Amino acid sequence: MKQSLIYLLLFVVGILLAIFVVLPEFLVASSFSKWVLYLLILLIGIQLGSGKNLFKAAKAFGGKIVLVPIATIIGTFAAVSIVSIFLPHRSLTDCLSVGAGFAYYSLSSVLITEARGAELGALALIANIMREFCVLIFAPLMVKYFGKLAPINAGGATTLDVTLPVILKYSGQDFLVISAFHGMFLDMSVMLFVPLFLSL
Amino acid sequence: MLVIVIILASGLLLGRLLRKTSIPKNIGIAVNITLMLLLFALGVSVGSNDEVLRNFPLIGLDALILSLAAILGSIICGRFVYNKFFRHKSNK
Repeated sequence: MKQSLIYLLLFVVGILLAIFVVLPEFLVASSFSKWVLYLLILLIGIQLGSGKNLFKAAKAFGGKIVLVPIATIIGTFAAVSIVSIFLPHRSLTDCLSVGAGFAYYSLSSVLITEARGAELGALALIANIMREFCVLIFAPLMVKYFGKLAPINAGGATTLDVTLPVILKYSGQDFLVISAFHGMFLDMSVMLFVPLFLSL
Repeated sequence: MLVIVIILASGLLLGRLLRKTSIPKNIGIAVNITLMLLLFALGVSVGSNDEVLRNFPLIGLDALILSLAAILGSIICGRFVYNKFFRHKSNK
């Protein structure tokens, strides 16, 4: 949990610096976090590749790994449908299209802004940033109370990239293949479900 | 997505080649530092996004409700799948 607090602190410091201090151009450019992410993925790859055989771990799970992204999709849509009752100013399909972003905030907010305008697009952006951020900070608690798949389900479409390091750290390295598969499956689901709910 | 897969695969291969050296053993620290840098970078990108800052006071609560629901729904459903299909397998 101490590690999570450090992450939270760094995140907040990043926000505050961006708001109140003029940062060097290279830090503010959106490609900076992308390159950091690429470096991180490379380092994780080296770490994992030097260890035990990862595909052996995946084989033990077999075809059942397809159940993990399906659980994410069903769970997300069910819960979002329920809370949409308590958000009377939002329609069910608006809520579902935000939920179908599955933490992929860049893509979902662009799709939603084009179809429904900036307000719902901004909601999709913020809600899906929060989803990704929660996994980065609360992954250890999720594993503790909901089992080792929890940060993968919560991470949605980001489990192949941004949230992969914390998933491997708290669920274990055996979950690499599940996490990567889940991320790819959910990436495609965003492209399928967001336009679907927007068209309803 | 393809870029990430290629980078991850190259890393795995590189790790395989370097496994006899001491490099992989020391890489954990580098991973931790890079992860911290990533969190900072994400903070900077959120803090410099006018769209987020301008709308946050108006729709922050709706966003929080929807994202918490999405997270809880998916992990509850995932826990069911884990208990029913994965638990005994991963304990082996």
